[in-house]
Amino acid sequence: MAALVELRDVVKHFPVARSLGEVVRGQHPAVRALDGVSFDVGAGDAVAIVGESGCGKTTLGRLMLKLVEPTSGSIGFDGTPLAGLAGDSLRAFRRQAQLVFQNPFDALNPRFTVYRAVAEPLINAGIDQAEHADRVASAFRRVHLPDLERYLDKYPHQLSGGQLQRVVLARALVLAPRFLVADEPVSMLDVSVRAGILALMREVRDAMGLSAVYISHDLALVRYLCERTLVMYLGRVVEDGPTDEIVRRPRHPYTRALVAAVPVPDADQSRQPLPIKGNVPDAREPPSGCSFRDRCPYAMPRCAEETPMLRSIGGHRVACHLD
Amino acid sequence: MAERAEPILPARRSSSLLPLLRRMAAMPLKDPFAFTGLLIYVLFVLVALFADQLAPLDPLEILFTKAGKLAANVPPSLDFPLGTTNLGRDIYAQLVHGTRSALAVGLSAAVIVATVGTVVGLVAGYFGGTADAVLMRIADMALSLPFLPFVIVLTGFLGANTSNIVLAVALLLWPNTARVIRSQVLTLRERAYVEAARVTGASSWRILFVHIAPNILPLSFVYAAIAIGWAIITEASVSFLGFGDSESVSWGYMLQDAFTSQALSRGQYAWFVPPGVCIILVVVAGFFISRGYEEVFMPRLRGR
Amino acid sequence: MGDDGEAMILDVDSLAIHYSTRAGAVRAVDGASFAVPEGRIVGLVGESGCGKTTAVRAIMGVLAENGRRAGGRIVFKGQTLDEAATRKLLWRDIAYVPQSAMSSLDPVYTVGAQIVEVLTKRGNAGRAAAWARAAELFDLVGLSESRLSDYPHQFSGGMRQRAAIAMALALKPSLLLADEPVTALDVIVQRQILDMLRELQQRLRLSMVLVTHDISVVAYLCDDVVVMYAGQVIESGPVREVLARPRHPYTMGLRNAFPDLMSDALELVPISGSPPDLADPPPGCRFAPRCPFALAACSTGSVLIARSDHRDHVSACLRDGEADQLRIAALDPATWQRSSSYATS
Repeated sequence: MAALVELRDVVKHFPVARSLGEVVRGQHPAVRALDGVSFDVGAGDAVAIVGESGCGKTTLGRLMLKLVEPTSGSIGFDGTPLAGLAGDSLRAFRRQAQLVFQNPFDALNPRFTVYRAVAEPLINAGIDQAEHADRVASAFRRVHLPDLERYLDKYPHQLSGGQLQRVVLARALVLAPRFLVADEPVSMLDVSVRAGILALMREVRDAMGLSAVYISHDLALVRYLCERTLVMYLGRVVEDGPTDEIVRRPRHPYTRALVAAVPVPDADQSRQPLPIKGNVPDAREPPSGCSFRDRCPYAMPRCAEETPMLRSIGGHRVACHLD
Repeated sequence: MAERAEPILPARRSSSLLPLLRRMAAMPLKDPFAFTGLLIYVLFVLVALFADQLAPLDPLEILFTKAGKLAANVPPSLDFPLGTTNLGRDIYAQLVHGTRSALAVGLSAAVIVATVGTVVGLVAGYFGGTADAVLMRIADMALSLPFLPFVIVLTGFLGANTSNIVLAVALLLWPNTARVIRSQVLTLRERAYVEAARVTGASSWRILFVHIAPNILPLSFVYAAIAIGWAIITEASVSFLGFGDSESVSWGYMLQDAFTSQALSRGQYAWFVPPGVCIILVVVAGFFISRGYEEVFMPRLRGR
Repeated sequence: MGDDGEAMILDVDSLAIHYSTRAGAVRAVDGASFAVPEGRIVGLVGESGCGKTTAVRAIMGVLAENGRRAGGRIVFKGQTLDEAATRKLLWRDIAYVPQSAMSSLDPVYTVGAQIVEVLTKRGNAGRAAAWARAAELFDLVGLSESRLSDYPHQFSGGMRQRAAIAMALALKPSLLLADEPVTALDVIVQRQILDMLRELQQRLRLSMVLVTHDISVVAYLCDDVVVMYAGQVIESGPVREVLARPRHPYTMGLRNAFPDLMSDALELVPISGSPPDLADPPPGCRFAPRCPFALAACSTGSVLIARSDHRDHVSACLRDGEADQLRIAALDPATWQRSSSYATS
């Protein structure tokens, strides 16, 4: 099955303000947010991108939606490279790929009613006014916001976090996209509300056959939505495989530490020291070779010389020199 | 949460402006200062509109007494409520007609400053890059010019009339507005809903006018109100220094006239106190109003 | 008070805190009782708006201007605390680490200087002794002494949190109140901070109240847990007990809604509805409108946990006697999809 979204060797550097010394020496320090990422998202897939802050997952999400341009490498959607899109072709792409935001309170213009907010994509796509009401109503139905009349005149500050996130989702769905990127969609919601939104996202995905990329720092939540997970560290993918495998049999030392670090609601859980040392290094100067090596309990001399590439081990990719 | 089959609804678009307008209308009722300011403005506007009815005498007409002598320095009386100047002109008429001049100057300057400042701020803030650099350097240059001397020099070159004074004031005041608007735009540009607009396919211009500008306009309004006061004071100062428009009567002109004819030493308070008070009132009124609306437009300043 | 000689360092009895707002009085905390045994870590858990932060701020005496104590008692080491007295205890015997570490660290001074200031101004130490103690504190929280001369913005999130905790421990408090200390941190750093807190508790015999919305964090670190909902304590007891055998329907629902990395279940069950408006809370049990087990009686009588023995596992549910059966029903997702037949709104 051809992939819907393809990333090949995507690199993104953000230049950093230079000190006088650096200017004089002709240096161009940059934060290497993404350092060579390649993977595919197939039609109908649900892929999670997991990692801690600074790993580049948010940047990756923005790149996939052409909100940011890569420094090098290519991103393709449905066989067409994103780089060439402009004008009409860009608008056509925007109709097919949408974003669900982390902060529902900020993702909606406070001056617009909720109806207007959901109708906005329809206006931008040039869809005839006569169809708006119907399509908005249908989007609201999909996200289980009953009594559309109740919400027509409401402003964002009048709704709860859970309701707002449903509106944000409705807005993302109103153009019937094929691809959805969700950036921490529930992290700002209360616990009892999260479950509802996650269930909704799963339902919507199944009903509309969407491909989805779900960005999160919360490994525990990701299990409920995505069959496949990519683990990122300092701008590189270190492990890529079925979510269940990643959680139960993590192969990369970073993934092992990550999984061990997640607390569970069980008073008898393990409190063993984590198999990891130190802190996240400066993104401007990551270690040579494997960027994880200075924190890895299994580091070998080879790790400093050679950057490990992702190797496939039966449907599961790992970037490590071990085994 | 049960689903219900929804009927097809008529397209309804709710104005996002209505609650804001309502708050704007309601504000003066809550803030006594702004209420006073608004009252003063309204009063002056009415005076300016009905100047001909309120003061039938021509402010520049030289008047004579019944005995045929020049009606110079006549003390306040029923015929001449504020007395006359040393050249026989009715001070009251000058004051009333001067209101028109003041408001004309104030409002036109405010409109130009607000428009230019807002447009520059929006473009510089949203598009950044070269446009931003160029516009802000021009703004810096304008800000480095000394205020009054520039106005005087410009009117010297272009001619000392009211429109040139307004032009000069506008040229000097727009950078302040532009900078503040620009920094607001920089903040708004990063908001998630602006990113959302991009993702849903909005063009840059659309984002600028639909998402960003409405959140900026209140700020323009505030700066416009401030500009009114500045413009009036500048015009008064310039006229007082003798560089103003000699064709029209303004409060500044009255002050200059009074000063050069030594009204103070004659104790002719009715001549120079009223125009001074009027200037103060208009400027203070503008300040009160802008302060009151600051709270409406930027609610974080509201106390609990 | 606790029995068999176990002292309660903090005893909160029927605490009520009201905020006056334009919408009327908001009863942020309305009859909360819990106790902190000496040397134990108590988790105060609940969702946003449940009153946990307000309760802790009331204990510290740092309520917002429009908040006031409307009832109840706070007893610390046997002494009743009133508003003025709590302020004197600030930074001495009770230490508070607020929700965002940045708000307890002044960005324009180095962290070392801030700790020294606390020690000299409030602790009457000499400057040399203060710097030595600051170095000691940094060592205690796992920070290198050389970082004392750095500014807060030079620290990463986890390190800032450690610095804030170091500052809180400067005057050797007996009780530490930490409000969401690990919420904003990455999971590996979070684990390191939690381990550090456990170590501090053991080394210094520190008693702690940890406010959080995350029951996994409570399960990891805390000895006892107090569950709050809509301004009231609805369940409390030893953490193992409460998590394994919850007795209040809200806690049962929360367990279902909380993801568990290691469980086989692939279903998260939401609790329908939302917490009540605290300006006008429903009569009787505040959870009744959302509770699948609510009876008509639940909406009338008031059910509160009285001062409890911390070792007892208590619940503010009228149907406490049937807790075991209810728990079994709560495990079935279908239970939560039916709305309560006696819901009042």
